[in-house]
Amino acid sequence: MPNMSLKKLPAREQDPHVRNQNFLEVSQGYDAAMAQEEAARCLSCKNAPCVQGCPVNVQIPHFIRLIQEGRFLDAYETIHSTNALPAICGRVCPQETQCEARCVRGIKGDPVGIGRLERFAADYAMEHEAELPAAKPAQANGKRVAVIGSGPAGLTCAGDLARKGYDVTVFEALHTPGGVLVYGIPEFRLPKALVRREIASVEKLGVKIEPNMVVGRCISLEELMEEEGFDAVFIGTGAGLPNFQNIPGENLNGVYSANEFLTRINLMKAYRFPETDTPVRVERNVAVVGGGNVAMDAARCAKRMGAENVSIIYRRSRKEMPARAEEIEHAIEEGIQLRLLTNPVRIDGGEDGFVKSMTCVEMELGEPDASGRRRPVPKPGSEFTLDVGTVVIAIGNRPNPLLRDTTPGLQTQSWGGIIADESGATSKAGVYAGGDAVTGAATVILAMGAGKKAAEAIDAYIHKR
Amino acid sequence: MYRIVQKRRLHETVTLMEIQAPAVARKALPGQFIILRIDEEGERIPLTIADFDRERGTITIIYQKVGATTMRLDELEEGDSLLDFVGPLGKPSETEGIRRAAVIGGGLGVAIAYPQAKALTQAGAQVDVIVGFRNTQLMILLEELKQASKNLYVMTDDGSNGHKGFVTSALQERLEAGEAYDCVIAIGPLPMMKAVCDLTKPYGIRTIVSMNPIMIDGTGMCGGCRLTVDGKTRFACVDGPDFDGHLVDFDEAISRSRMYKTQEAQSMQRHACRLTGGVR
Repeated sequence: MPNMSLKKLPAREQDPHVRNQNFLEVSQGYDAAMAQEEAARCLSCKNAPCVQGCPVNVQIPHFIRLIQEGRFLDAYETIHSTNALPAICGRVCPQETQCEARCVRGIKGDPVGIGRLERFAADYAMEHEAELPAAKPAQANGKRVAVIGSGPAGLTCAGDLARKGYDVTVFEALHTPGGVLVYGIPEFRLPKALVRREIASVEKLGVKIEPNMVVGRCISLEELMEEEGFDAVFIGTGAGLPNFQNIPGENLNGVYSANEFLTRINLMKAYRFPETDTPVRVERNVAVVGGGNVAMDAARCAKRMGAENVSIIYRRSRKEMPARAEEIEHAIEEGIQLRLLTNPVRIDGGEDGFVKSMTCVEMELGEPDASGRRRPVPKPGSEFTLDVGTVVIAIGNRPNPLLRDTTPGLQTQSWGGIIADESGATSKAGVYAGGDAVTGAATVILAMGAGKKAAEAIDAYIHKR
Repeated sequence: MYRIVQKRRLHETVTLMEIQAPAVARKALPGQFIILRIDEEGERIPLTIADFDRERGTITIIYQKVGATTMRLDELEEGDSLLDFVGPLGKPSETEGIRRAAVIGGGLGVAIAYPQAKALTQAGAQVDVIVGFRNTQLMILLEELKQASKNLYVMTDDGSNGHKGFVTSALQERLEAGEAYDCVIAIGPLPMMKAVCDLTKPYGIRTIVSMNPIMIDGTGMCGGCRLTVDGKTRFACVDGPDFDGHLVDFDEAISRSRMYKTQEAQSMQRHACRLTGGVR
C-alpha cells in the first residue's frame, strides 16, 4: 500500500542561524526509516516517466522499490550501474526540472523525493563500503582512451569506458581531481571527503588519474594520440574562464571573480586560514553580482566567512533567476539579501586601492530578449551607492581557449565552446567532447549525461576502426 | 611528488633549486613559469622558470624568502619532495628576430633575466645585460651572465661595487651613447620595470616586461592575476606573463600586488612561531 501523503518528507537540516556560521553540510538527508517512508510514496509506474527525465538513465522506480524493501546496498548498486557519482548527484542535481518534474505524484502534491533517496542510498553504501561486492575490473580490451579534465563529464566518461574494458587515463590541470566539484561547489553543499570517495570508486574501476597535467601546455592533444598511443580522446575541460562586467573599478583590490573567491575557499581551504596558507579577503559588507547557483554559493560562503551583510545583486526579478529555487531559499534563510532589478555601474575605491562602495542602477523589465526572458533596462536617474568592501562577480564562465588554441583542426563556436554533435564527436577524428566545454556553463548532471553518451560513441568509434 | 635534486644558496635570502619534473622540462621555454605547492596545507605560488634540462628532466627555480611559502620552501633540502609542481605555464617569450637587445634584471629578476639573455645569445643576438642589486653581498649569477652577454653592466644601489646607481642609469647611459637596441627586456620589481618603460618610451624601443602577479591556478580559471594592458583586462597566466611594457598599467599592478599584505604578515608570523617551537 503506497504512502499517499501529498507532501515530500523533509530532509533533516542544520538550523539556518547555526549553519551560516559553519562549513558543515546544510542538509543531513534521510535516515533509513525516513528513506523507507518516502520510498513508499513511489507508485512504481510501468512507463517510468522519471527515468526519461534522467540524463544518465538511473532506474529510478527499481532502486526506490529496493529502498522500500530495506535492500539499501542493492539500491545503491542499481543506481551505480548507470551513474558513477550518485552521492554527488543526490545532492547537486536539479531534480525539480528533471526526474522529479516528471513524477506522477507531482501532478497532485509533491513529487517523490528522488534526489534525497538517491543520496540516502549512496551515503548508506559509503558507510557500509566493506559489505559492497568488490568492483570487478572489466576484461581489458587493450585500447587506450585519454580524458582531459576530471570534472563530472570526464569522470563519467572515464568510468563508463573502464567498465567496457578500456585503459583510461584522466589528465587534470589542478592538483586535485574533481573539477567544479572541488573548486566550485562549497563544502556545505557537497563535502569534499565524499567527492574523494566517489572519485576513488571510479579509480577502482581501473581509471588512472594524473593531476598537475595541463594538456595544451605539458603535452598537446595531438601528442596524446600520435606519440602516447591513445586511440581516442574525450575533452571535458568545463567552462572555467570567468566573465567580468567590464565596468570601471573591477580591478580594485577586493573584487573577485566567483571562480577565484570559491577556489580560494573550497579548493585551497581559505576558511581555515591561517592554518592553511591561502588567504581570502571578506569584509563586513559583501556584494555578489549574479543570479545563478554560483552566486548563491559565493554569497553563502561570504556569510560563513564572517561577513555581516551579504547582498545578491541581480538585474532581473526573482522569477528569472537561473539558480535553483532551493538554493535561493537556503540563501535567504541564512540572512542573504536579494537586491533584485539592480545592476552595478561602477565600483569605487579609496586611495589605498581597495573597494569602498559600488554604484548601482535600478532596472525594469522590457521586451523579451533572445533568451525569452524580459530584457532589463536601466531606470534613468535611479543610481544609488552601496557600501561594500568585497565584490564577487558571478555572471558566468566561458570555456578555456587553451585546447582550441593548441589543437589544429578542433572547431569551436565564436564564444569558445567546442563544436560537437549529439554523440560528442568533434571536428577531429577520434576526439570527443562534452559538458560545459561544449554547452557553456550548465549543470553537473548534464555534463555527466554528455560524458556517458561520448563513452558510447568512443566505444563505437574504436570498434569500427 | 617532485624531488629536489639540487639546492644551492646564492646568498642569504635567495636560493636556487633544481626540481625533478620531466613532464615540465620536456616542454619548458624561456619566459614560462611553474606553480608549486609544498604540502596539503600549502598555497599555490607561481615562479618563473630560471633554467631547464630536458635530458635530466629537471627545472631550475630561484626564489627569495619573502613570504610564508618561500620560507617553508627554504626549509626543504636535497632529496625532499614537493607535493605539486605544474607547468610549463604561460606563453614563452617571443624573441624571434631580435638582433640587438638589452636585458635588464633587478634583484631576484636577475634570475629570470639570465635564461632570456642566454636564449637570445644562443639565437645569435648581441645582448647587453644590465643588472642591479642593493649591494655586493646580494649579487647573483654574475659568471653565468657574463657568458650569456656581449657586455655586462652591474649596478649597486650603494655603489659598493664601484658602480653606484639603478639599472635605469646604466641603460640611460647606453641609450644616450646612441646604442640602437631593437628590444629591451626588463624583469624585476614592478617599480623597476615601470622606470625602464618610462625611459625607453621616448626612444620608441620595444620593451617587454615579465609580470608575476598573485595567481592560483595559472590556467585562466581564477582571474586573480588580471592586469590592464592597453586599457583592456588581461590575465598574466594565459595572455602573458610577457607584455608590451609601454601598455601595462603599472600603478594598478603595484596596488594589486598589495592585496594580501596583512594576511601575508599573519602567515609569516605564524610560520616564524612554528619554527621556534610553536604549534601549527
